[in-house]
Amino acid sequence: MYSQGLIGADGRTKEDAAFLAAFQARIDAEEKIEPKDAMPEGYRRTLIRQIGQHAHSEIVGMLPEGNWITRAPSLRRKAALLAKVQDEGGHGLYLYSAAETLGVSREEMTEELLSGKAKYSSIFNYPTLSWADIGIVGWLVDGAAIMNQIPLCRCSYGPYARAMIRVCKEESFHQRQGYEIVMTLARGTEAQKAMAQDALNRWWWPSIMMFGPHDSESAHSEQSMAWKIKRFSNDALRQKFIDATVPQAEFLGLTVPDPDMVWDEGLNDGKGGYRHGPIDWDEFWRVVKGGGVMNRDRIKARKKAWDEGAWVREAARAHAAKRAARKMAAE
Amino acid sequence: MSEVFVTALLELADDHLVLGHRLSEWCGHAPMLEEDLALPNMALDLIGAARGLYAYAGSIEGNGRGEDDLAYLRGEREYLNCLLVERENGDFAQTMLRQLYFAGFMEPYWQAAMASRDETLRGIAAKAVKEVAYHIRHAAEWVVRLGDGTEESARHMAEAVEELHRFTDELFLSSPAAAAAEAAGLLPARAEMRGAWEATLRAVFAEARLDWPDAVWPQKGGREGAHGEGLGHLLAEMQSLHRAHPGAVW
Amino acid sequence: MAEATALWEVFIRPRNGLSHRHVGSLHAADEVMALQAARDVYTRRGEGNSIWVVPSSAITASDPDHADEMFEPTADKIYRHPTFYEIPDEVGHM
Repeated sequence: MYSQGLIGADGRTKEDAAFLAAFQARIDAEEKIEPKDAMPEGYRRTLIRQIGQHAHSEIVGMLPEGNWITRAPSLRRKAALLAKVQDEGGHGLYLYSAAETLGVSREEMTEELLSGKAKYSSIFNYPTLSWADIGIVGWLVDGAAIMNQIPLCRCSYGPYARAMIRVCKEESFHQRQGYEIVMTLARGTEAQKAMAQDALNRWWWPSIMMFGPHDSESAHSEQSMAWKIKRFSNDALRQKFIDATVPQAEFLGLTVPDPDMVWDEGLNDGKGGYRHGPIDWDEFWRVVKGGGVMNRDRIKARKKAWDEGAWVREAARAHAAKRAARKMAAE
Repeated sequence: MSEVFVTALLELADDHLVLGHRLSEWCGHAPMLEEDLALPNMALDLIGAARGLYAYAGSIEGNGRGEDDLAYLRGEREYLNCLLVERENGDFAQTMLRQLYFAGFMEPYWQAAMASRDETLRGIAAKAVKEVAYHIRHAAEWVVRLGDGTEESARHMAEAVEELHRFTDELFLSSPAAAAAEAAGLLPARAEMRGAWEATLRAVFAEARLDWPDAVWPQKGGREGAHGEGLGHLLAEMQSLHRAHPGAVW
Repeated sequence: MAEATALWEVFIRPRNGLSHRHVGSLHAADEVMALQAARDVYTRRGEGNSIWVVPSSAITASDPDHADEMFEPTADKIYRHPTFYEIPDEVGHM
């Protein structure tokens, strides 16, 4: 799961105008770009960064939800959550594979994540404090991710688009799983209802921040749109998400923690929509830059798994070399 | 007869849930991403089998206890799993060896259970036998790679054998309840699995260049609810939320 | 030192009667682990009943720069297609 708010994409490129125009013509004709095709360096770099961030987000995203696998309150929920977190790992894997077609290895990307050089979706730097968080994360965070990921299925880069099709197919159960958890809580005991509202209060704003800075502040966004790496603006997707989510919250009897939220007839080209109150961008940038409560813990957990797994991976490679040698000797 | 059958089913169910729970602790922390996918697959198989067994035990018992009552509302002295499955994950070598020991036992056990007099159990066995065959395959490949990989991995593997082998004897012991269910033709006799288990394990050990341990102090007690200290912590974690909200629906 | 575990391409046959189709890739040290990983990663929802894994390094790919000479010459050989030939309607489906 992931959403845009790509931080610092760098689409600068130095090819000549004729090359860039020919490439743009292919993009405009909705032709897919495939791994060995000629492409502007900026296009390649932007994709590596975006797909890498996307993959890292899936992998780091396993941690906050994984935090509740061992405490899931029923066996049915336990199995569903485990399957879901496993899916996130699978999505990370598909995405790393897509990035690898651009000439960067998974190991290199992993090192960039662990060194703090590569970013991931900032939403995962918030802690999951109660079981209701698992429901809310599924409903809102996966919901926001889906808003972003569906258009990515039509992304101009073939391997990324194909990975996203598989991801979207698999993710369709994630949001429903989350919403069902929240619904069960909202219809449950007073304590359960309070748990659900508390989780919504904590996750609402981070969720809508997932779409990234306002379009007016979003650097490099235009180039990504032109190359069809990104197909909708941050604000457009954010609005779509809010319009879909607010009625879902109302249905549950939960209150979106935005006192300024109003229905505005003028939004969405006169079709109307929910106008949200001011977003605390200081908070957003603080967490993006490492100041969230979980930033350090998330990377530490990933680093621990990677470091402690080193001897296992090394053994597998060593054994593979022995097998190959034995096979050779036998022939 | 139904009372002992319920107890024997709970022993099996607890084995599967506890081991599934242990495996689920790895999710997101495995040595490589591919294993982050493989371990939950095994955990989901085990939890799924546990759910079927709990539900069946509850229905025979007839007191209205469902899978969650049985999983979440029994304390550590009431849990009847064998000691092997509750052992902490340790490192990846220990996790894989524990899996191989258990799966190596369950594969012939489920195979034999397909001839049970009890139809529901035959159904559970028919599903589980395929799952567990894959668990053997996956765990065995890793035991071989770690045993015959690097010096460091061989050291980890040998340590895993030392750590876990003493818990394998208990797999072949039948509690009085299980023995009664076995005598009635409902469940396979545990002791009869030893030949198949040892054949599987010895073959893997040979390929992994691991020494078969000759003298260990066998440990048992799980079937009487006498566990190691780890199980209490596992259950405290697993049951905390469920127990904090008595009667709530999740 | 950057470690690297080999990359494999995965092909799955959804069911008998269909051919194996490329579904993605993964990392594994050898072919046995690659096959198991393919099963665990790419068939979690009953996506198939047969798997091939191939080392990515074993694939020889055509060069997109040569696409014109490789694939263009076929374009004007329209006599290879059934619609090139005129058969009166009365003859019926052929």
